[in-house]
Parts: sequence; structure tokens; C-alpha cells
Amino acid sequence: MHPAPSVIAFTTLSGLGFGLLVFLGLGEPAVTGWTAFWFFLISYALAVGGLLASTFHLGHPERALKAFSQWRTSWLSREAWAAVAALVVMGLYAAAAVFLGTRIAALGLIGAALSLATVFTTSMIYAQLKTVPRWNQVLTPLHFVSASLAGGALLAGQITPAAVLLLLAGMIQLGHWRVGDARFAEAGHTLAGATGLGRPGRIRAFEPPHTGPNYLLREMAFVVGRKHALRLRLVAAVLGYALPIVLILTPGAGHALGGLAVLCHLAGMLASRWLFFAEAEHVVGLYYGRHGTRG
Amino acid sequence: MAQRHPTLDLSPKVSDEIRKTTCYMCACRCGIDVHLKDGRVAYIEGNRDHPVNKGVLCAKGSAGIMQVNAPSRLRAPLRRTGPRGSGQFEEITWEEALQTAVDWMAPLRAEAPEKLAFFTGRDQSQSLTSYWAQAFGTPNYAAHGGFCSVNMAVAGITTMGGAFWEFGQPDWERTKLLLLFGVAEDHDSNPIKIGLGKLKGRGARVIGINPVRSGYNAVADDWFGITPGTDGLLILSLVHCLLKAGRIDLPYLAQFTNAPVLVNGDPDSPDHGLFLRDAAGKPLVLDRKTHQPVPFDAPGVTPDLAHTYRRAGITHRPVFRHLADRYLSPDYAPEQVAAKCGIPAPRIRALAAELARVAFDEAIEIAQPWTDFRGRTHDKMTGRPVAMHAMRGISAHSNGFQTARALHFLQILLGTVETPGGFRFKPPYPKPMEAHPKPHAKPTPDQPLAGPHLGFPQGPEDLALDANGTPQRIDKAFTWENPLSAHGLMHMVIANAHAGDPYRIDTLFLYMANMAWNSSMSTGRVIEMLTDTDPDTGDYVIPRIIYSDAYSSEMVAYADLILPDTTYLERHDCISLLDRPISEAEAAADAIRWPVIQPDRDVRGFQSVLIDLGARLNLPGFVTEDGQPKYADYADYITTHQRRPGIGPLMGFRGEGQSTGRGDPNPDQLDRYIAAGGFHTHPIPEEAQFYKPWNRAYQDWAVALGLYDSPQPYLFNLWLEPLRRFQRAAEGHGPHQPPDHLRDRIRATMDPLPLWYEPFEDAAIDTEAYPLHALTQRPMAMYHSWGTQNAWLRQVHGENPLYLPTDLWQEQGFTEGDWARVTSPHGTITVPVAHMAALNPSTVWTWNAIGKRKGAWALDPKASEATRGFLLNHLIHELLPPKGDGHRWANSDPVTGQAAWFDLRVRIEKTAPPKEAQPGFPAITSPVPKGPDALAWKTTP
Amino acid sequence: MTQLPAHTDRKLGLVIDLDTCVGCHACVIACKGWNTENYGTPLSDQDPYGAEPSGTFLNRVHSFEITPETGAAQLVHFPRSCLHCEDAPCVTVCPTGASYKRVEDGIVLVNEADCIGCGLCAWACPYGAREMDAAAGVMKKCTLCIDRIYNENLPQEDREPACVRTCPAGARHFGDLADPDSDVSLLVAARGGFDLMPEQGTKPVNKYLPPRPKDRLEETDILAPFLEPVAETPQGFLGWLDRALDRF
Ligand SMILES: Nc1nc2c(c(=O)[nH]1)N[C@H]1C(S)=C(S)[C@@H](COP(=O)(O)OP(=O)(O)OC[C@H]3O[C@@H](n4cnc5c(=O)[nH]c(N)nc54)[C@H](O)[C@@H]3O)O[C@H]1N2
Ligand SMILES: Nc1nc2c(c(=O)[nH]1)N[C@H]1C(S)=C(S)[C@@H](COP(=O)(O)OP(=O)(O)OC[C@H]3O[C@@H](n4cnc5c(=O)[nH]c(N)nc54)[C@H](O)[C@@H]3O)O[C@H]1N2
Ligand code: SF4
Ligand code: SF4
Ligand code: SF4
Ligand code: SF4
Ligand code: SF4
Ligand SMILES: [Mo]
Repeated sequence: MHPAPSVIAFTTLSGLGFGLLVFLGLGEPAVTGWTAFWFFLISYALAVGGLLASTFHLGHPERALKAFSQWRTSWLSREAWAAVAALVVMGLYAAAAVFLGTRIAALGLIGAALSLATVFTTSMIYAQLKTVPRWNQVLTPLHFVSASLAGGALLAGQITPAAVLLLLAGMIQLGHWRVGDARFAEAGHTLAGATGLGRPGRIRAFEPPHTGPNYLLREMAFVVGRKHALRLRLVAAVLGYALPIVLILTPGAGHALGGLAVLCHLAGMLASRWLFFAEAEHVVGLYYGRHGTRG
Repeated sequence: MAQRHPTLDLSPKVSDEIRKTTCYMCACRCGIDVHLKDGRVAYIEGNRDHPVNKGVLCAKGSAGIMQVNAPSRLRAPLRRTGPRGSGQFEEITWEEALQTAVDWMAPLRAEAPEKLAFFTGRDQSQSLTSYWAQAFGTPNYAAHGGFCSVNMAVAGITTMGGAFWEFGQPDWERTKLLLLFGVAEDHDSNPIKIGLGKLKGRGARVIGINPVRSGYNAVADDWFGITPGTDGLLILSLVHCLLKAGRIDLPYLAQFTNAPVLVNGDPDSPDHGLFLRDAAGKPLVLDRKTHQPVPFDAPGVTPDLAHTYRRAGITHRPVFRHLADRYLSPDYAPEQVAAKCGIPAPRIRALAAELARVAFDEAIEIAQPWTDFRGRTHDKMTGRPVAMHAMRGISAHSNGFQTARALHFLQILLGTVETPGGFRFKPPYPKPMEAHPKPHAKPTPDQPLAGPHLGFPQGPEDLALDANGTPQRIDKAFTWENPLSAHGLMHMVIANAHAGDPYRIDTLFLYMANMAWNSSMSTGRVIEMLTDTDPDTGDYVIPRIIYSDAYSSEMVAYADLILPDTTYLERHDCISLLDRPISEAEAAADAIRWPVIQPDRDVRGFQSVLIDLGARLNLPGFVTEDGQPKYADYADYITTHQRRPGIGPLMGFRGEGQSTGRGDPNPDQLDRYIAAGGFHTHPIPEEAQFYKPWNRAYQDWAVALGLYDSPQPYLFNLWLEPLRRFQRAAEGHGPHQPPDHLRDRIRATMDPLPLWYEPFEDAAIDTEAYPLHALTQRPMAMYHSWGTQNAWLRQVHGENPLYLPTDLWQEQGFTEGDWARVTSPHGTITVPVAHMAALNPSTVWTWNAIGKRKGAWALDPKASEATRGFLLNHLIHELLPPKGDGHRWANSDPVTGQAAWFDLRVRIEKTAPPKEAQPGFPAITSPVPKGPDALAWKTTP
Repeated sequence: MTQLPAHTDRKLGLVIDLDTCVGCHACVIACKGWNTENYGTPLSDQDPYGAEPSGTFLNRVHSFEITPETGAAQLVHFPRSCLHCEDAPCVTVCPTGASYKRVEDGIVLVNEADCIGCGLCAWACPYGAREMDAAAGVMKKCTLCIDRIYNENLPQEDREPACVRTCPAGARHFGDLADPDSDVSLLVAARGGFDLMPEQGTKPVNKYLPPRPKDRLEETDILAPFLEPVAETPQGFLGWLDRALDRF
């Protein structure tokens, strides 16, 4: 899939933002007043910024409100609701914390749940797609949620939970890659099945329908070199998970190292998300001779 | 938040008006319904009532809307301002343009009409253009047939009085077995596809004989991946098998072919190989009942095929005996030819057996009595449901004429021509070779030519040579090099004009032919010839070039004066029985184009311009007695011109509007055609639908329609006597003698019975150094060079790889995205390659004419067509490599002069990708502005 | 709306005969022409005369090469457009309800006025049947020519999709696949019509007919008698000829 900057930014930033909101909602840290203000500002900037970024790839952002209509079937619609609900609830919670100096714990819990739900709905947009076997696995929502929580914990300055969550998220990330690498083959998608032409022999794409580029190729037949992908995985694993753990667990780590850990994590997550898209093989690529069907 | 489905307008208005005309995105001539909204073309679809396409339309046809709106359309007459080839022009008025043309041409006509050479390409108005050239008096006229498929045309017409090429079709309704030899797309684009669909629907078997298994060959039930240039051998091997098994249609051969005609069999006789004739010149056959020689068409005769006849000490043997002797020879056994053809012997046998099985064991009958030309009535029509079709795959080789003849020979032996389930002619065919004119080529100042340029020489005396034996035509058509070059040799015109051989010309007048690019053999050299100057005078070697194109093609840049044509929706055209009509096997049919929209540019229909020029030049036939223009424009010509009294360009609605074929001009004729959907059909009566060359009812119908003025029954020529006349001359007989260096070749190739010889290029080069055959194929969605200006079509074919067979691919370790250097004895190109397994192992191929010159067609100079697309033409030459005998032999068929495009041999080496496909040419300045950056074409937003 | 109807009255769709398709692209361009002028926004083209022309098409024709264990390689031309799936994932993912499946006939459509151009439906479609129009920013897909098949301004015989009407080889068929007696259903039954990527669970309405077996013409015991020589010597052949001629 085409690694569009808007979706990469959206999933990474909003994941981080909602992750932070989860912790704020849980009262970890239990902040009020100006501290709360800054924490909430950061979380909203990330969450809302991410959401806004996601509208950049819309053909008609001005109609975005229509996206709320189909919550009964569409994860994207559910995400819209969840995001708004989370932001509104957490907004009230934040207002109380900042301006009234009180944390309404129940509201925080609901907001945290909604924030987590938002990340989950986001993940389900991808996980539900049978057409992209790499995404279509249980670890996809786990990856999104764990990464979001780990990032949130990191931002929230919750050292131990952050370390544990980063470790967990890192392992899920590795698992996601591992499982993901086999998913396409496992799902049994082949050019033979895509065309129904497998029986008489080996099949391969001969001539594409158009010599020029098209939407499908641009959007769904992105190819990333194996070596390049491996290198990026290393970057993602080290920067996204391993290094932040080391940094925050460094004895005497202060805000500087913490900040560095956050930046590392962010960079690692951007790499991870770039790969999440770039490595994802859409079955339609089969028709264009992609996914190892060339003979 | 459930939503309701939106309310849809399920019955939107489709258009304000439908105008029915004829497509011209290619030369297939389908009927189209042009939907107009607010006077603009909104949608084009096929005309359901039309005999050619019956409602369907190909990709090109549907994309007509993008052609009519293409930015490449020329906008006004142009006068060259920069050097030739630069593309620099100024727009001028029509008055200036026409005056310039007249100023150039009038003196030529007065002094030496041959100094004007007028050659036309893909047009469909040859009856007008030839008439004009004849009136001008130049012998130098022809259309593009010489580089296209003249082998097919001449082999068909001489052998059976009609050819596959546009003038016949398989009996799609009844055939049970179809053999397609070397067809990728053909002129009959939609009819072939419709026909294949019908066969598929019935479960009939289709066999593709083609080095490449794409398109029609991909859907064929069986594929024979033949080695290029060897079809003749395969076919004659089939003939061998069938003869040996007696699986031939003897009654058919005896009655309808010259198999029984007696041939002088005495090698010492000066008439050796010629027919025994009566005093009236009629070929004689032995009557099986009386054992007496009688004219072939004598009433009641039962022609014998077996017995010889001795007269005056000379034994005359029926043609059949000659052919049996030759083809029963083990030289033609499948085992002998298998390796050369690249087809295993058992498969050849299987094919022969299948032909035999279907032709004879699955014969069909139509309970339709008919009467033959000898007066015999037959109570039924027997069909041998085997049909064959072939095109340039066999035609575009230097042995193409004899190969095409071999194919017709096979059809005829099986009795499948003009019988149900076989191959059927379309009016105005069948027509015996003798009914065609002979060539006329003697120029006289200020006078028209004595007769038509093109025709069929019956012997050496009919060649277009002057008293010294010098060719009279600039293309050297109808000379010893290619005696039956019935379509001229357009591919030789520029080379000969440049060389001043046989003489210098002054003005080259071209119409609708992209000679500076894809229709030339050796594009780069042709460009050099067009721009070459005389070192003494500094003038161009070809002094003047006038060209009519509708679009900014590569050729435009090489002309001095451009006469911009309209698009096909903006002009009158006439698809005439005098020319290349749209007839079907069951009906004569002709059609028109008419201006369904008006041009928004200062352009004029070329035919009208030609008529105007004719009048300005005072050409006979174009001016009235008092010197006034005879025709206002082409529309006027179409309605009022009479070729013979009562016979004009269009057959329908003549006289008072009721007559067909013959009748006075009718001023309302075009309106009647328009009202009738742009065409007119005239059905052939049931009893006249088959056996047309011998069928009295057909002959009478044809005379009534005006196809000919008296019945013209004839025999199919298994033995082609005119060829023998040339062979005899080469053997030293008769007053007309070929030059010595050509004698052997004429003897070898002008055989009156079909034969196979190695393609000339193969024989002339070291085939180990050039082990591969290189071919092109027509893409179904593109028409030569002119499809590329079409925004929709160029997305389908915007570049073309060279397809390589598996062994070669693996041997050289090619992978996807690789490039290769391709070298022929004549040049080198560097191009992208791709792998194809369904390909003859010694063949490489690419799509034809996708590669474009930078700056042409109003495309961005970076267009993929110019940077990755390529032509094979750079590797081809109109001459064979020097043989060291002092002569440069033409890369053409020795009988017809057909350009041997597909004899090309190459070798291939993997190479690092260059920046662009090579050779690259500098960009030409576009005479038209650049197109828009985006399109969203909708007439009503 | 994005809930799929539990049942559609009819299942209109196409049956594409891979044995007959010659790969001519006629359907591709007829579709482009009709749908540019009709339903919704035009199918736009970017850089149409430039280096990388690219446009929206609702139907594209691939070609595939098959190399059997033994025998010659084959090519199959393969048109690809929306299959109007019964369980259309493109519909259920759509957040706006722009994508929907009609109850009347099962046609899957995009209501362009509601489409936000998120592209999710195209991701959800396994068959690459949806393309976002770069100029209009809305999702385009095969409409099964809904503005032709019911169009009362067209003669009855023309109320069929543009691609079907134009296909020169007759490789495309249109009809109601819910009706077991319809021509298309009979064709599917007779020729073993199949689904593309059944494992995706989309239950396509459109069916493909497989290419018939190829290259069956071999020298066999059945064919051999047809070439039994009439004589082995030239003399013998003449004798045969004479006898044969006597018979007529
Ligand atoms: N390598 C290779 N080369 C080949 C062949 C091959 O098989 N292989 N095939 C050969 C054959 S058979 C042929 S017929 C030739 C074809 O080659 P050409 O006859 O050159 O055909 P086109 O490229 O179609 O170009 C014809 C010209 O007509 C112009 N034109 C189009 N419409 C109109 C119109 O309405 N009015 C006017 N006045 N002009 C118009 C076009 O713009 C174009 O410049 O190519 C030959 N070249
Ligand atoms: N769409 C479209 N239609 C066209 C045209 C076009 O440009 N585009 N051009 C028109 C013109 S001018 C012409 S002349 C016709 C030509 O119509 P075709 O004759 O169909 O044209 P080509 O594409 O030249 O096809 C030649 C075929 O012969 C095969 N072949 C080559 N050598 C051999 C051989 O030795 N033996 C056998 N058996 N096969 C061989 C090639 O693989 C190829 O399939 O098409 C006309 N129709
Ligand atoms: S075959 Fe296609 S381009 Fe040629 S006349 Fe017919 S519809 Fe037009
Ligand atoms: S129009 Fe028919 S034959 Fe041509 S590509 Fe489409 S389905 Fe195939
Ligand atoms: S083919 Fe694709 S776009 Fe069409 S209904 Fe099925 S999933 Fe949806
Ligand atoms: S692109 Fe349009 S139709 Fe597709 S899912 Fe998004 S809103 Fe729905
Ligand atoms: S049914 Fe209509 S919209 Fe669908 S592919 Fe055919 S022409 Fe295009
Ligand atoms: Mo041609």
C-alpha cells in the first residue's frame, strides 16, 4: 500500500495523543491546573492534529461530517464517533482538571476507555481488510493499542508502565512483522485464484491493461525493497522500542533523556508505520504481477 | 442514521440527436452513431444496422471523440519557414496554399507530368485520387498497397479472382474449421471478431498459425507457432498429405478451376508451360466423354483431369497432372518440412487430417439449385466447411506472393472457395484478373495518361518500361524486378526520387502517409533523403514536397506545403464500389461519411481540395467545356460524377432515387444516404450467393448492378499462366527480355505453380550472426501512428517492449525491466524487453508504430512513446545487404514488389538501460499548440 | 447506506467469456466514453498528452500467460471490472453511506454527492474495481450502466451496458444471475462459470467462463484414417484419379 504521509502522520500522532489521554484519564499522572493544561494541550495537539492530517487525503474533506453516518458497519465511521466522544469527554475532564482543579475520576475513566476505543477503531479500519492479509490479523489491533499505550505512558512520564508497555509493544511489533510476512501466503491468495486460471499450469501477468500508471498501482501496488524494509525494521525496533526503554531506565534519567526517549519513540513509530503501509500487499497487486507471481 | 438510497435518474437523455456516419479511426469502415449534445460530440457507438459492425465498435472507434478533439489537429494551411524537418511553419490562407500548389504543378504538367509523384496512404478515395493523377498525366501514382499487402491482393486476384484482403470473408455462419495464417488484427477488425465470436458460440474449431500467440491466436483452439517465412512450406506439405490421401474435391477442380486445362508439356517447345488454346484464345480442356479438347466453358463439357493430349508432336498435360507430380514428391512430406517450419511432423499430419475430415466428412449442403456458366443446373450447393484467412504474416515476406498463392491453392483443392462454409467473395469481387486493366505509364506533356496506372500485366509486353527498357514509373513498378506490382511500390518512392533513379522528380505530393516515420523501411535514412541537399545548388534533392495530413504527424515536418485535412467527422467521404466498399458476402454495400460536425479550424476536406486543384490546373474531367470547375466540392463529385454512363461513386438511390447501381445522378443521393444511416445495401439473390465466379444468377446480378458490363465467368488459376510468360522470357524466349542479372531469380520465383523459397534476407546474410526473426503486430487498440494522439488510447499502449522467447530470456539472464541492444544487418536499436513464453523460439516481436518522434502529435517531448517506445523500422532496409554483384536487390517480393517487413533478422544483447530508447532523434517544433494538462470531457457538466 | 441488503430482488451482472475475449480493449473505451458523458462526474485524465498519462477507467483488460506442464504456453485476456458482489466489502467499509448496494437489482453504486473520497472502499475491494477520480475527488466504479439498462430514451435492445453492446467478439453477457433460467445463468451452468477469489468471501455476482482446453489437435487413431494414402506410386495415383473421376 502507498505509504501516504497523511495516514502515517495520522495513525502515529493520534495514536500517541490518545495514548496520552488514556493515561491522563486514568489519572496517571493525576494532574490539574497548568500542568494539566500542558499535558492536555500536547495530547489534543497530537490527537486532533493526527485526525486533521487524515483529512488531507480525502477527496472531499468538506463533506467529512458525512463520515459519522455509518457507524453500524463502518469502522471508519465508528472511529469518527469514538474520536469525537473521546475528545468531548476528555475535554470536559480536562476543563475540570485545568480550570476547576478537580479530576472527575469517573469521567476520566470513560474518557480513557473512549480514547483506547478510538485507537482500536483506527486499527480495525486496517485489520478488517481481508484484501490486505498483512493487516488482517489479530496482532494489528494489539499493535496499534499497545503502541499507543506505550507511547502514552512514555509521554505521561510513567516510567515503569512505559518500560513494560514498550517491551510488550515491541514484542507485538515483532510478532506483527513475523505473522504479517506469512499472511499473504497463508490466506492462499494467488494469481491463479484471482483469475481462476490456475488449473492448466503456471500463470503470470503478461501485459498490463495500460502501459501508464493508474490509481490502483499508485495506491495499492507499492513495492518496497527487501533490504530497505529490513533496515527500516531495525530502525523501528531500536528507535521505537528498545532505545526508549534504555533511555528511561537509565539511572537518573531526567526530563532530557525522557524527552529524547519520546522523540526516539516517535521516529521509530513513524518508521514502523511507514512500513506498516509500504509492506502491506493488497491482493489486487496479483493482477499486476506483484507478490512473487512473476515467473 | 440509516440513509435512503438516492433517487437516480435512470432515463437520462442520451443526446439531442444521432448522426449516422462511418468510422475512420481505422480502415475497417464500421457504421457509427454519433450522439450530439448542443452540437458537440457526446458519445460514439456502433450502428446496429450497419453491415460491417452490426452495432459493435472497437476501442479506437469508441475513442473517436478524443480524436476529433485532439490537440494535434492541424489548424490551417502551412508553409515551411525553417529547414525541412525542423517543424517550423507559418500559417497561410487557403488561397495562398492552393496558388502555391498550382504554381508548382502546372509547369510540370505542361512539360513533364512524371515530375509530379502523387502517392496516397491510408485513404479510402483511391478512385478519385487515381482519376486525378490520370488526368494530370503522371504515371507516378499509387496508394500504400505495395508496402501493405499487395502479395495477398495479387495472389488472390490472380489465383481466384479476389483476395482475402478486404474483398472476401470466411463463411462465418457455416464454417466449422477456421485457419488463421498470420493475422493479428486485419482491416476487417470488427467482422473478424464478430465472426470468431460466432464460431466460439457454435464450438467450431479455430486454428492460429502464427509465431506469436496473442489476440486471435490466443483464443484459437490450437496454435501452430510457426517459424516466420515458412508458411508456404507448411501449406504445401498439407497439400502433399491431402493429395496423397486423395482428399481433394475432384469435381470442383474439374469444373471450376484450370486443373483440367491442357498445358504444353514439351520443354523444347517455345510455348512450354503455356495453355493449349483455341483460335479464339480460350484455354482447352479434354472432355472426358469425347476425349476431345474443347474450350473450358463449352456447354456440357466434362473436363478431364487425368489424361494427356498429344497434338503436333507435343504432349499437353492437364494442370492437375503437373501439380500432382510436384506436390506428391516426398520433398513436401511433413517430416521434410517440420524442422524448417518449427512444427513437429505429427502436428502437420494432424492438421491435414483435420482438414480432410471437416471438408469431406462434415460437408454441408444447402438445398438451393443454381445454374453454372456452362448451363448446367445443380440441385444443391455443397459446402466444405473449412475456411481460411490470412494477412500480412504471410504477405509481408519476400516469398509472400507464392505463399499466399499456396494458401489459395490449398483452399481450392479442398473445394472451399465460394462454397458454403468456406471462403466467400464480397462484391465487386469475384472478378477475373483479365477484367482488370493493364498498367498505363507513358507520360505525355499536357495530356492525361491513356488509362489507369495500376493493373495486371499479362506478360512481359505489359510492363511499364519505355523503349530502352527504362522504368517509366519512379517506384519502378511493373518492371522485371516486380512484374505484378499491382499496387505500386510506395516504399521505394522516396529512395528512388532521392537517387534520381530512374529519373529526377520535382514535386512529391503525399496524402495521409507518415513516410518520415512508421511507414518507411529505415526511418532514419528516409529522413536523411528528405532533407538531403544538392551540394552544387544547395536545393533539396527532392525539390518540393506537398503533404496532406489532418494531424501533426512526423511527416508534416518534412513537407514544404501542408494542406490540412479535416477529421473524419467533418467531411464527406465515399466508400465506393469503385474502390473499397463495405460489401458483405450476401450483399453489395457502400457508404458515406458526411460532416456530422463542422470544423472549428481553417481546414478543408482533402478530396474537395484535390478537386479544386484539378479545376485550377484545368485537368480534363475536373473542368467543364468552358473551363469552369466541374464540381463544387467532393459532395458534388460524389453525386454527379459518372465513371461510365449511369455508374457513379455511389450505387444507391440513383436516378429518381429508386435505382441501384445503374442510373442517372440524383442530386438527393447524399441526403438519401444520410437518411438511410450512411450506407446502402443491395442483397445478392439466394441462388447467386455461392459459386459466384461460375454462377449465372450472380453474373447477371453483377451486370445489372453495374459491377461489369457483361458476365465474366472464369476458372480459378491453379496454374498461373502469366507467371509462366515471365519465366519463359527469363529462359530467353520472346522479344521482351529481362536484364541478365534478374534471369535466374525470375526463373526461380515466377513459377506458375506455388512454391516455397527461403526469404531473400535469410539467403543474403549469415543467419547465425542474426539468429532471430523480428516482427511487429498491430495492437487492436491503436491505429498505426495516428492512435497515439488519442488521450484514451495512448494510456493503453504508451510504450512497447520487445518480447523475447523463453530460451533467449533465460540464456542471457534477462529480468523484468531490462533493456537490450538489437542489431540487424542494417542498424541497431536499444530498447526495453519483456518475456513471452507463447512465442516461436526463434522470434522476437513488438507492437507496431507505438514509438513516436519527439515533438510530433502535440505530445510532450518526454512522452513515453518517444522515450521508451520504439520502431523496428530503424532495423529494416528497402534494399537487401549488398551481395557483391554490383546490384542492390530490393527487399521486396520478386513478383509483386511487396515490402518484406517480416523478413527482418536480428541478434540481441543485454545492455545497461540507456537514458532513452535508441536511436533518439531531436525534437521537431510542433506546428500546433500543446494540449491541456487535464481532461474531463463532458458536453453537459 | 452501507448495510448490505439481506436480499436483492435480482442480481444483475456480467458474464465474461475468457475463451472468447481477444483482448481488444473495446469494452474499456466504450465504458470510458459512456461513463464520462453520463453517470456522475466525468472519468478524468491527468497529463493526457504528457509523459505519464493516467486516467480513471472502470474496466481494464489484463493479459496473462499460462505455461502448462506440457504443451505450448497460452495467453488469456482478462477484463476486470466491478463484480457487484453480494457481500460487498466496499459497501460496508464506507463511512458515509455513499457506497451502497441496490435492493432492486443488486447493483453496487457510489452516490458521488455523499462520497468524501476517503478511498477505503477501494482498499476493501479485492478486485481493483474502484478508482478514485483525481479531478473530482470521488470514487468511481462500474455502474453496470444503470443509466442505460433502464433508460427509456434508448430502444429496448440498447438497454444493456455499453461494454456489452460494444464487445466485438461477444465475450460479455449481461443479465439476471438470480434467475436460474436467464441466458446468463444457463451459460454459467453450461460452461462452468466461476468466481474470482472466492476465498475473499465476497460472493461476486459477475461470473467468468473458463477458456476451453487448447491444443488438442494431435495425430491420433481417430484422425489417421483421414490420410490413408490412395496409392503409394505415381502410377497408382493416376489409377486412383481415373477411377475417382469415373465415379462423377
Ligand atoms: N515495422 C513495420 N512498419 C510498418 C508495418 C509493419 O508491419 N511493420 N506496416 C506497414 C503498413 S502495412 C502500412 S499500411 C503502413 C501504414 O503507415 P501509414 O500509412 O503511414 O499510416 P499511419 O501511421 O496511420 O499514418 C497515416 C497518416 O495519415 C494521417 N491521417 C490520419 N487521418 C487523416 C485524415 O483524415 N486525413 C489526412 N489527410 N490524413 C490523416 C495521420 O496523421 C498519419 O500521419 O505502415 C507500414 N509500416
Ligand atoms: N487496430 C489496428 N488495426 C489495423 C491496423 C492498425 O494499425 N491497428 N492496420 C491496418 C493495416 S494497414 C493492415 S495492413 C492490417 C494488417 O493486419 P494484420 O495482417 O493482422 O497485421 P500485422 O499486425 O502486421 O500482423 C501480422 C501477423 O502475422 C504474424 N506473422 C509474421 N510473420 C509471419 C509468418 O511468417 N507466418 C505467419 N503465419 N505469421 C506471421 C505476426 O505475428 C502477426 O500476428 O491491419 C489493419 N488494421
Ligand atoms: S474497426 Fe474500429 S476503428 Fe476501425 S472502423 Fe471499425 S470501429 Fe472504427
Ligand atoms: S470488448 Fe470483448 S473481446 Fe474486447 S477486450 Fe472487452 S471483453 Fe474482450
Ligand atoms: S467488485 Fe469490488 S467494488 Fe465491486 S462490489 Fe465487489 S468489492 Fe465492491
Ligand atoms: S471513497 Fe467514497 S464511496 Fe469510498 S468509502 Fe470513502 S466515502 Fe465511501
Ligand atoms: S457495465 Fe457499464 S460501467 Fe460497468 S464496465 Fe461495463 S460499460 Fe463500464
Ligand atoms: Mo497496411
